[in-house]
Amino acid sequence: MWNYEKRLQFPVNIKEPNAKLAQVIISQYGGPDGEMGASMRYLSQRYSMPYREVAGVLTDIGTEELAHLEMVATIVHQLTRDLSMEEIEKYGFDKYYVDHTIGVWPQAAGGVPFNACEFQVKGDIITDLTEDMAAEQKARSTYDNILRLIKEPDVCEPIKFLRAREIVHFQRFGEALRITQDKLDSRNFYAFNPGFDRCESCECKCDKM
Amino acid sequence: MGNQEQMLHDIGVVDFVLVDLMLYLDTHPYDCKAMEYFNHYSRIKNQMSREFSQKYYPLTKDMAESNKEWRWGMAPLPWEGGCR
Ligand SMILES: [Fe+2]
Repeated sequence: MWNYEKRLQFPVNIKEPNAKLAQVIISQYGGPDGEMGASMRYLSQRYSMPYREVAGVLTDIGTEELAHLEMVATIVHQLTRDLSMEEIEKYGFDKYYVDHTIGVWPQAAGGVPFNACEFQVKGDIITDLTEDMAAEQKARSTYDNILRLIKEPDVCEPIKFLRAREIVHFQRFGEALRITQDKLDSRNFYAFNPGFDRCESCECKCDKM
Repeated sequence: MGNQEQMLHDIGVVDFVLVDLMLYLDTHPYDCKAMEYFNHYSRIKNQMSREFSQKYYPLTKDMAESNKEWRWGMAPLPWEGGCR
C-alpha cells in the first residue's frame, strides 16, 4: 500500500500565469509520454515480473512517477490559477476552460484525453523493460521540447529536474534488463517467457528454439 | 500463522484504525477524543513497524537502512501471497 507525503519532490513556485505554457506542459500530465502513463505502466507491469529486483525497480520508479505527476499538475495549476478572462481568450485557453474551468485534467497538449492505450503491459519481461526504456527517452524528448519553449526560470528549474530523472530511470531500466538477461539463456533470450512458461529447462526450451 | 505473518496482520489492523481516524479527523479537525485515539495508535504503529523492519524486512524506504545487502530490494512483494 501507499503513504502520502505532503510535499513536492522538487519545489514549484511560479509567479506569473501563462496559459500558453500550461497548454503545452499539460501533455506531461496526461499526454502520450506523460507521467500518468509512466506511473500506470510501471505499477501495472509489476505483477507479471518474475524477478523481485525488477518488480522492486518498477515499484520504486512507478512511485517516483506519481511524485512527478503531482509536480506537473502543480506547474499547470500555478500557470493557470491567476488567469484573467481576457488572457484565457487571448491565448486560446478557452477550449480547455469551457470543460474544466482551471481544474487539472489529464490530456495531451493537442486536447486528446489520457488513454491506457498509451502504454502496454505485455506480460513479457524483455518486452516490457524495452518499452520502459523507450518511454523514458520519449519523456526526456518531450521535456527537451518544452524547455525550448520556455525562458522563465521558475518554470525551467522543475522541468529540468524532471528531465534529469528520465535519464536516471532509463539507466536503471537498462540495468534491470541486463539483470534479466543474466538470468536467462544467453544463447537464446527468447527461449521461454520466465513470467509465464512453467519449465525453464529441457523439453519446452527445445520446442521453442 | 507464523510470527512474521501475525505481526504483519497486527500492523494492518492498527494501520487501518489510523487510516480511518485520519479520514474522520480530516473533516472533524477539533475532535480531541479522536486525536487521543490517533496519537495512541500512531505510537503503537510506529513501534510495530520499526520492530518488524528490524526483524524481517523494511516496510518503507525510511526503514530500509542496510549494511551488507540492500534489504528493501530483497523483501518479498505484497502480491506474492503465501506459499505457492
Ligand atoms: Fe521517468
